[in-house]
Amino acid sequence: MAGFLPKSGAESTGYRGLVGPLLLPTWVMVGVFLVIPVALMAIYSFLTKEFRGGVIWDFTLAAYDQFFFNRGLFGDEPPSIEWTYIAIFWRSVWQAGVATLLCLAVGFPTAWFIATRPAAQRGVWLFLVTVPYWVNLLIRTVSLKFLLRDNGPLNGSLMSLGLIDGPLPLVNTDLAVQLGLFYSYLPFMVLPIYAAVERYNFALSEAAADLYASRWVTLREIVLPVVRPGIVAGCILVFVPSLGAFLAPDLLGGAKTFMIGSLIDEQFKGSQGNWPFGAAVSMILMTLVMIVLILYARAQAKAERRS
Amino acid sequence: MKGVRHYPGFLAMTIGCLVVLYAPLIVVTVYSFNGSTSITQWGGFSWRWYADVFTGPEAPRFAAAAWNSLTIAVLAATAATAIATAAAVAMVRGGRFRGKSATFALINLPLMVPEIVTAVATLIFFSAIGLTTGYLTILIAHVTFCIPFAYLPIAARLEGIESSYEQAARDLYATRAQAFRLILLPLMAPGIISGFLLAFIISLDDFIITNFVKGAGMETLPTAIFGSVKQGIKPNIMAISTMMLAVSVLFVTLSYFINRSGQKTRA
Amino acid sequence: MNAPTVDIRNAVKRYGTVTALHGVSLSIADNEFFTLLGPSGCGKTTLLRMIAGFEDVTEGEILLFGKDIARLEPNHRPVNTVFQHYALFPHMSVIDNVAFGLKMKGMALAERRARAGKMLEMVHLSAFADRLPAQLSGGQQQRVALARALAPDPKVLLLDEPLSALDLKLRQAMRVELKQLQEETGITFIFVTHDQEEALTMSDRIAVMSAGHVQQVGSPRDIYEAPVNRFVADFIGETNLVPVTVEAVADGRATVLLPGGHRMSCAADAGIGPGAHHLSVRPERMNLGTTGDLEAVVERVVYLGTDLQLHTHLDGGQPLHVRLQNSARADLPAPGARVALQIEEGAARLLVD
Repeated sequence: MAGFLPKSGAESTGYRGLVGPLLLPTWVMVGVFLVIPVALMAIYSFLTKEFRGGVIWDFTLAAYDQFFFNRGLFGDEPPSIEWTYIAIFWRSVWQAGVATLLCLAVGFPTAWFIATRPAAQRGVWLFLVTVPYWVNLLIRTVSLKFLLRDNGPLNGSLMSLGLIDGPLPLVNTDLAVQLGLFYSYLPFMVLPIYAAVERYNFALSEAAADLYASRWVTLREIVLPVVRPGIVAGCILVFVPSLGAFLAPDLLGGAKTFMIGSLIDEQFKGSQGNWPFGAAVSMILMTLVMIVLILYARAQAKAERRS
Repeated sequence: MKGVRHYPGFLAMTIGCLVVLYAPLIVVTVYSFNGSTSITQWGGFSWRWYADVFTGPEAPRFAAAAWNSLTIAVLAATAATAIATAAAVAMVRGGRFRGKSATFALINLPLMVPEIVTAVATLIFFSAIGLTTGYLTILIAHVTFCIPFAYLPIAARLEGIESSYEQAARDLYATRAQAFRLILLPLMAPGIISGFLLAFIISLDDFIITNFVKGAGMETLPTAIFGSVKQGIKPNIMAISTMMLAVSVLFVTLSYFINRSGQKTRA
Repeated sequence: MNAPTVDIRNAVKRYGTVTALHGVSLSIADNEFFTLLGPSGCGKTTLLRMIAGFEDVTEGEILLFGKDIARLEPNHRPVNTVFQHYALFPHMSVIDNVAFGLKMKGMALAERRARAGKMLEMVHLSAFADRLPAQLSGGQQQRVALARALAPDPKVLLLDEPLSALDLKLRQAMRVELKQLQEETGITFIFVTHDQEEALTMSDRIAVMSAGHVQQVGSPRDIYEAPVNRFVADFIGETNLVPVTVEAVADGRATVLLPGGHRMSCAADAGIGPGAHHLSVRPERMNLGTTGDLEAVVERVVYLGTDLQLHTHLDGGQPLHVRLQNSARADLPAPGARVALQIEEGAARLLVD
């Protein structure tokens, strides 16, 4: 067996010459309907807004200026930092961060528990965890809102049990949005951690226990560092979509919990919209996400080189 | 003495996790059978809201939205699956070629760009080229973002199929086309079906992008439901939600079992 | 004289900058059981796959009955392959697997089912025709793979380590069956293996390969008794390789100086001149005697069941293993004893490195 030689499935199955035609549809679809649109969006963020939505082809930095600087009502005052939008971004990062930590706190024990079941049972547990993800996100969010309402089943049962006197104000709070995000993306946390724990060599834990480490010290000193790639992957998978989420903040939050998704959405609605500003906010969001993804890819490449 | 695998409280967390995941869905399902007009009071078991969905005043609107959702999902999933199957064969069986990693990034791009950004970019693109937003624009957008979802299970399946099966077929006088049709395609089938089902659910699920590129007067089920719940959650919405929930669960269960049986024949 | 069945002329295979085969030339005759033997990565599988058509030939020719097939698609080559892990189509029944090649060649349904049935009969699997491959044992799958490859009546059958996935007992039984099958069908077999015992028991001729070169081609006996170089001597069977100095050569015999100062005389092939060489002596071709060619000190006696192995060294410290049949002998030397070793005539071979 020529083990060290490059495997040349291409040569032997005869698809090498067909690579171009086979990939053409993908290139065309994603290239024309995603890459070009994103490039166009970048251009639009430097155009002048038209009042009934749309743009005028005059290049300007107005959209970014509006995002970062306050020049007074008539635009003639000396610029100061505009905190409104930065605060919305900050709140989005905060909400997504809290949701990520919530997912981690629940997702890690769940993933661990599933990965330590007998092999035959794992599939069923994983299936149970993933099924809700495939249920329409809108429906899940609406369901959560229904459950959390002031006169909804949760408050109702708490009151009839006499645990609380009046309804807890759950909807339209930061907590509701965090719960909504947590609920939306929890499986994204469980799956990569599960994959990492499944590959974990439990002899390491036994060795630690043999060397007098307690269960929890072993968890902190041995398990967490070893399965860290899975944890990091899970956090990214929850944090990134949470950052730009629209449904959870829109349906479960109120005016005080306004997030990036809603800010962008507003710019494209009817005559109130501002397309260049919406494009600029989208660009800033995408840049933020790309930075996170690139940092992650770098860290992963570094970890791979080390091992 | 319990083994090193055991951590106290982890079982409770897992159960808690499942309760959180399922409680809202179960509550909505239960209340969709509520006989009372009030969504707070329990008025006994009844099918009245299901009847309302099909015959009530909003029935034509829901029927049109459901038709749009369903046909778009079928068309988008079919197109995305075909495109992804071709791409998977090239990526997995095409050896090393120039631009391979760029192509890989391209396939996964719809997963990396935040949904709302895709929505904005797509809207801007269609408005710039002067394509009126409507059924066609929704369909195009759905095909694009469904590609990676269809690709993942297909490519994973294909990677698990040794190339020696196709070589054996070629050795036994099959042409390249015959080897593909008689050997590779049947072996890939579970992955292709899985990919199709995932793409179908993803298309059915989409709200944000659809909402941006649908244009006036055009509705899919999610946008219709969203429009309704903005005025408050009504029982007929819960009935629709329960039906969609049932469809999703059915599809995922199907996909799960198809994948499992696929693994069995592979062994 | 007829053209050889398979004639490989100066075949070169390069993957980018890595060269897997450096100009291999081999002629394989009709009805021959020909084995490509060598360690992992020696290029034997690559060569087989080039004959089958799964790998491009970088340079050179592969002639089948005088016709160059090196650039033909695999489906246009009248050769069939038994794959290492059989590659039975998992979604097709056993009979459909066996009939696949016949179907591709355009044989009618009734005819090909009859032929496939006959092939299954030949490998004693008629009762399993409608099963799926996954429902068969490893040995049964192996027979199906054989039947499938033989069904289209190929000019040459290529076998890529077909026995490596079987357990020892089955493997030994299959060796005999394979050889029998080859003799009955009269088809040329080209067999790839890294297992020398397999190669020695079945082959008419063996090509020993290493690092992309053919080191030696010959009958099993030639290869074992008369290895042409150190690699072959060391790879096939067990041997003692002793670095020696040839002092003089005359009339096909050489005077050899061993480490430790002892001198002996042995046969020398043409091409052996004075200077440093290696002497190869098989352990079982030495015996204890009262007077002998060599004197050695016993270090330990290793019990192997059918055999005994003596670990000894010459005076300079050069180790030497001797293999003795385990008979009820009473005169076994104890560790530390000095013994005289007799080398059978012709068993000590001087090697060109």
